[in-house]
Amino acid sequence: MVRKGSASTWVAGVGFVALTALSAGILMQVHGSGPRAQETPALWLALAAWAALAVLALNRLALLQQPKPLRLLAPALLGAALLFVWEVGVVGWNVPRVLLPAPHAVAQALSTRWEVLWPDFLQTAIAVLAGFALGSGSGLAAALLCDRVDFLKRGLLPLAGLAGAVPIVGIAPIMVMWFGFDWHSKAAVAAVVTFFPMLVNTLAGLAASDTMHRDLMRTYAASHGVTLAKLRLPGALPFIFNALKINSTLALISAIVAEFFGSPIYGLGFRISAEVARMNVDVVWAAIALAALAGSLFYGLIALMERGLTFWHPSYRQ
Amino acid sequence: MTDATLPLPATRVAPAAPSRWAPMAVVVGCILLLWYVGAVALNAPQVTERLNNLGQPWDWSDLVNAAWAMERPVLPAPHQVALDFTRSVFDHAIDSPRNLLFHAGVTLSATLLGFMLGLLLGVLLAVGVVHSRVLDRGLLPWIIASQTIPILAIAPMAVVVLGSLGYPPLVSKAVISMYLCFFPVAIGMVKGLRSPEVLQMDLMRTYSASRPQLLWLLRLPAALPFLFASAKVAIATSLVGAIVGELPTGAQAGLGARLLQGSYFGQTVQIWSALVMASLLGVALVGLVGLAERATARLMGTRA
Repeated sequence: MVRKGSASTWVAGVGFVALTALSAGILMQVHGSGPRAQETPALWLALAAWAALAVLALNRLALLQQPKPLRLLAPALLGAALLFVWEVGVVGWNVPRVLLPAPHAVAQALSTRWEVLWPDFLQTAIAVLAGFALGSGSGLAAALLCDRVDFLKRGLLPLAGLAGAVPIVGIAPIMVMWFGFDWHSKAAVAAVVTFFPMLVNTLAGLAASDTMHRDLMRTYAASHGVTLAKLRLPGALPFIFNALKINSTLALISAIVAEFFGSPIYGLGFRISAEVARMNVDVVWAAIALAALAGSLFYGLIALMERGLTFWHPSYRQ
Repeated sequence: MTDATLPLPATRVAPAAPSRWAPMAVVVGCILLLWYVGAVALNAPQVTERLNNLGQPWDWSDLVNAAWAMERPVLPAPHQVALDFTRSVFDHAIDSPRNLLFHAGVTLSATLLGFMLGLLLGVLLAVGVVHSRVLDRGLLPWIIASQTIPILAIAPMAVVVLGSLGYPPLVSKAVISMYLCFFPVAIGMVKGLRSPEVLQMDLMRTYSASRPQLLWLLRLPAALPFLFASAKVAIATSLVGAIVGELPTGAQAGLGARLLQGSYFGQTVQIWSALVMASLLGVALVGLVGLAERATARLMGTRA
């Protein structure tokens, strides 16, 4: 869509340089010790110009689709713009730190409190991984069992559907009572929460294989096990990965929530509730940022595995 | 002779369709049975200690009876939970904090307010994404990425921060619920608003329909099934958000507060009946959305 002409490239380049310069200028003005932001009409003007430029740039970037990596540019710019607005708004308009800390304050908290936050992260990560593996694994096993025993399937599936409507995280206090304050109780909550999505999705995936394909397997005189291993499980992989993606988020959330109910003196959930009580909001945001980063990486890792294993699926074919 | 080689019709005849409820009843029965056994097994250490302290000889029936009647059991027996549940619902005035329905009402109001706000936000975002290329390319990836963020972790902070600004806990809990449930609605609606076929869009264009007309007369009605499917997910997560929002703030009312108090004072039976209430609430809410879905479908004539 974008013309390759040198003129338009020039305009775009100049626009981006202007946008960067304007952003830097506004940031310096806001962070400087000059008159407060509210009192300088120049800042308003600069912000208006910045917004206009940013919208133009976004519009332009949204058109770039051809080499695939370029598609990341528009969301990247929008994310950076949001961070910028956050920073300028909070610093320039003196938003109380308790209400919303500026991004630079969060980054500062992340680096100065790293010695505290890293053990917190490890503690929660162990619980999440253990619970995720246990819940997803047993969900898969239960689905395979249900696939063999139809009676069980017809009994369990409606209940698993109901489980979607039930706030399962509520079992956290019970699990803390049973398995103690350490990571085992958090893993237990995560395991129960992740069990049902895996069960439901895997069953749907096993049912998704084509009748024609199954008939073909029958003409080969393939046994149930062989049909499962060579046709139905590979066919169910997109569904299973869907469950794994859902579960990666669910496990993280439920482990953090379970830590609100009692934990040793570390763990991301513990840190969040403890620092909220002390009104150290920047540390709280740093903990959340850490959790978000880890959650995104976890999700991304699963998505990568999915691409590798289900390359045949129409959604990945070129 | 051909009959021997083609036995398919005979085996393909399905047996008389068994009742849908029988397998479910069996599974529920098994769970209850396991629960009773588990109650004995998990409570046994404490019970044997107590029975030994009494200094009298005791046998299995004593053990089982005592295990099913403990005041603070590790795992209460189902009938204990049922008893506590009915007591806490019927034995107190409905506006008394000792009545479970009172707590359910507090949580319900936050859930519903958050659900409404989330629905509104989700639909607005979806309409924006469908109509603006910038939002589609720039914002949609962030909306999706926001789901890998443990948003629930913000709950305690949002409640404290909004509370310190003078907002009632209802609003801050509803904000969390909104944050949780806008996502499924936004994603479902984007899909739904894009579901009309090219042919239908072209027809609207030949009528020279404006974009608002296109949205109102074609896209929105086409998106309704998607909206309801998302709304079922959203209202369940909204309930989770409201309950978690009640956890860390020392809230006095609500199912989450009930859970937290139960865990502080070791009142296991109270925790379980709060859980039962939360589950019933969740199932009822999702059921209500389902009813609304069917009513809308009938109004629109999709199902005669």
